[in-house]
Amino acid sequence: MKKLLLLLLLALPALAMTVPARAAGPAVSLDRAPINLKDDASLQRGARVFVNYCLNCHSANYMRYNRMVDIGLTEEQIKDNLLFAAEKPGETMYIAMRTGEAKQWFGAAPPDLSVITRSRGPDWVYTYLRGFYRDPSRATGWNNTVFDKVGMPHVMHDLQGHIEPVYRVETDLTGAEHTVIERMQLVKPGSLTLAEYDALVGDLVNYLTWMGEPARVQRMNIGLAVLLFLGVFYVIAYYLKKEFWKDVH
Amino acid sequence: MMKKLLDWVDARFPLTANYKAHLSEYYAPKNFNFWYFFGSLALLVLVIQIVSGIFLTMHYKPDADLAFASVEYIMRDVEYGWLIRYIHSTGASMFFVVVYLHMFRGLIYGSYRQPRELVWIFGVIIYLVLMGEAFMGYLLPWGQMSYWGAQVIVNLFATVPIIGEDLSVWIRGDYVIGDATLNRFFAFHVIALPLVLLGLVVAHLIALHEVGSNNPDGVEIKKLKDEQGRPLDGIPFHPYYTVKDILGVVVFLMVFAAIVFFAPEMGGYFLEHNNFVPADPLKTPEHIAPVWYFTPYYAILRAVPPILGSQFPGVLAMGVAVLIFFALPWLDRSPVRSIRYRGPKFKIALTLFVIAFIGLGILGILPATPLYTVLSQILSVVYFAFFLLMPWYTKNDTYKPVPERVTTK
Repeated sequence: MKKLLLLLLLALPALAMTVPARAAGPAVSLDRAPINLKDDASLQRGARVFVNYCLNCHSANYMRYNRMVDIGLTEEQIKDNLLFAAEKPGETMYIAMRTGEAKQWFGAAPPDLSVITRSRGPDWVYTYLRGFYRDPSRATGWNNTVFDKVGMPHVMHDLQGHIEPVYRVETDLTGAEHTVIERMQLVKPGSLTLAEYDALVGDLVNYLTWMGEPARVQRMNIGLAVLLFLGVFYVIAYYLKKEFWKDVH
Repeated sequence: MMKKLLDWVDARFPLTANYKAHLSEYYAPKNFNFWYFFGSLALLVLVIQIVSGIFLTMHYKPDADLAFASVEYIMRDVEYGWLIRYIHSTGASMFFVVVYLHMFRGLIYGSYRQPRELVWIFGVIIYLVLMGEAFMGYLLPWGQMSYWGAQVIVNLFATVPIIGEDLSVWIRGDYVIGDATLNRFFAFHVIALPLVLLGLVVAHLIALHEVGSNNPDGVEIKKLKDEQGRPLDGIPFHPYYTVKDILGVVVFLMVFAAIVFFAPEMGGYFLEHNNFVPADPLKTPEHIAPVWYFTPYYAILRAVPPILGSQFPGVLAMGVAVLIFFALPWLDRSPVRSIRYRGPKFKIALTLFVIAFIGLGILGILPATPLYTVLSQILSVVYFAFFLLMPWYTKNDTYKPVPERVTTK
């Protein structure tokens, strides 16, 4: 009985984890983003893609350029290679575009990307950036597999190339006909192969994940030291308690 | 020298007397087990929350335009700001973990029974204030879940007949959750409720030390005393339970640190994903879920169907679900306190209650589909039946004889 209750209580967090906490609209299977926050070369490549392709319409208002010294860049390198929109490395990654104008152009203001991987999850962003396809019914000419009717056009189409869906007509039980996407095909190759494009998006998402919480690697390192300390403290506390309690029967 | 100083103080302030009354000569039963760690741990978490909260207040801006950014500023630009913030956010959830386990201890060993009714009542008030404190604190990061969670909860007050609308506007200080709401919630969160909480914790402890601690056997240790008037089964709180509680503290801190340093979001349960999106009054999230510690009550709220188009019955049920804890000392009619000497009826009832509470907690996270609503309704009935049928099943249960002295393994 007692054990059963204890088991129930201990099983609770495990049980909770099976319940999806991130309700992300219709279920689309997401590809796993290759995240490695210790791979400075990948993070630096990602930073370059971010500054070149994202930072024109999207801001990262909470991220300072000079924080990138944490991923192995010097202030000089940051200034020479990555600083287009701002003046000083100590500034944040703001952009000049105004929200009102952006809304007119895209239907919605492009969100700030400082913590985008923390709200959407790296896997979603990774799948999203590889999920653009041609759709003539959209104003931009683009649609997305994980974000239907997205306002954003495919900014990196010159790299990935053009993907077009192959449609198929399906008849359901009531006899109504639906057009569904059967598969995707590359109709116009980009400057990269699809594998190279995946790697590039992987670097970008790696960078976005790092930018979402720049202290993460440091956090885990400190965490190990703290747990180690507490482990030693436990042994001392255990023998202290044993010594004091030896006369209690 | 020290002796003289102490005498000087004691002549003016009962320092030694208090030290003796509450620590070195407060006799606690010697058979405390695992479940008795959570009281001192709750006190520890309270201190953690106050200290980390003070540091957060130094950098946080209670302003609808600045709040979200100031939290990210803390996370990035304040030295070890991320650590302070994660300690505080983890502390909020762990407070409820510890308090729920502490309350469960009270349930299984009958710690609410005569003469400890007031200890229990102060405890339930602490629980209520803690809910308010957590709810208001959750608005402060000004993310989407902060905003819409607060919107949903404050709208509950609008369902009160006749005065509802005015009441909800009075709480918000506006027609929607806005800057005025954020400012007043900040005031309540950082000073008003913590003050009340501290006062209540002191009252809880004074009441406890007046009547003495219960124990896993539920026997009264004050009945049998030695020549000096010390309970035979009692040991001084200090040093025995101070050194034992240190052990509990270290284990607790290991769990706490593991969360803070390795999983501060706890898969979206301690920090919800949607709360990393700044509050947007024009964009309602498709799924609004409260933080996990409120979900059992949220499930009860949703389980009650509206009557005459009013959601008020659900709100009422949710309120009663929390307030019913006050009645516990008078609902229990059993001749024994501890579950160790109770019969199968209570044990079954308690097991069903635990299943209902956890089940409702899970259902409160999930979207309300027809199946889940029916499940919530069944479990809500079980939840209330545990309390309302208690006079009957505790009176008609079979009991084992309670020993004279506490038992130790």
